[in-house]
Amino acid sequence: MVQLTLPKNSRVVVGKTWPKPEGASNVRTFKIYRYNPDESANPRVDTYFVDMDTCGPIKIKNEIDPTLTFRRSCREGICGSCAMNIDGINTLACIYGLDEVKGEVKIYPLPHMPVVKDLIPDLTHFYAQHASIMPWLETATNTPEHEWRQSIEDRKKLDGLYECVMCASCSTSCPSYWWNGDRYLGPAALLHAYRWIIDSRDEATGQRLDDLEDPFKLYRCHTIMNCTRTCPKGLNPARAIAEVKKMMVERRL
Amino acid sequence: MADVNRGNRPLSPFMLGKDYRLQLNSALSLAHRITGIGMALAAVMTVFWFLGLAYGPESFRTVDDLVTSWIGGLVLLGSVAALWFHLLNGVRHLVWDTGHGLEIEQTDLSGKAILAATAVLTLLTWILSY
Repeated sequence: MVQLTLPKNSRVVVGKTWPKPEGASNVRTFKIYRYNPDESANPRVDTYFVDMDTCGPIKIKNEIDPTLTFRRSCREGICGSCAMNIDGINTLACIYGLDEVKGEVKIYPLPHMPVVKDLIPDLTHFYAQHASIMPWLETATNTPEHEWRQSIEDRKKLDGLYECVMCASCSTSCPSYWWNGDRYLGPAALLHAYRWIIDSRDEATGQRLDDLEDPFKLYRCHTIMNCTRTCPKGLNPARAIAEVKKMMVERRL
Repeated sequence: MADVNRGNRPLSPFMLGKDYRLQLNSALSLAHRITGIGMALAAVMTVFWFLGLAYGPESFRTVDDLVTSWIGGLVLLGSVAALWFHLLNGVRHLVWDTGHGLEIEQTDLSGKAILAATAVLTLLTWILSY
């Protein structure tokens, strides 16, 4: 259902303002969402000041406030751990340039998700949806002696799909997913569904399409395009979903 | 992801515009819904107009005065704009359903195009009907 306000326990209050660095001339302001499950308090937004002349990765956590919590691993946009909402758009913190943000930098967790702590959303349901589309090769014929062969042309069909790192930026940018995420699979899971549907080696195409033939799982996509706009890997989940919808029609003709 | 495995966890902010940047295409999607609802209301107004006519000259005068007043005119103008926008955006949706025009640059372009076309066609309809 369409939901326009946050529940009572989720409303964000003004948090702590951390001290400014001394003697720094190039200072930027960071407004960061904080939530501690060990305190029975609402989430708050803390203000940090960072000296940009001595700034490197993970500056605030290392030097100002070690309690700030977020997921991170590869620092090169391949693990998908550090997805968060920066300056009103979902992206991977490690590859998003601070020079792309004007003024103060607002950092929030991925939208409309249960927050475990600070910038860490609970992705359990998101991963379960991914698992539900059978993200593996399904075959009926006997396993060949060597590998499953694929032509260069068929392999090309997977470009723009296999690169997805499951960071959840797209799904959590989608208003349909916010409001119907319990039943709508969301752009990430649907992009993966399409990745297996058009894989020439997969032999369960019919079953995969049957599974998606549902008013909610697939058809809650209304081509809002937030997913494609936000994807930090430059992929196009909206097009993948459109292709699946097209196949639904084509197989009836 | 309402109410799925939430426990006591807070829900992260998500408001369009405030927490999530409003973009051309999400704004147009929102407008598509709003104009859809608006047209349904405009249709009710039109029925109201016909009802006034059916009940005779007295009632028609009352209703007609309302509809042709400046506020009624404003509602009519809005309805015409909503009709054009909804129609053009609907065509855009049909094109998307064929798998075309789904790159961000293309949706930006088609979005601006239908906005411009809505303005022109609304103006043209208004001029031609007076």
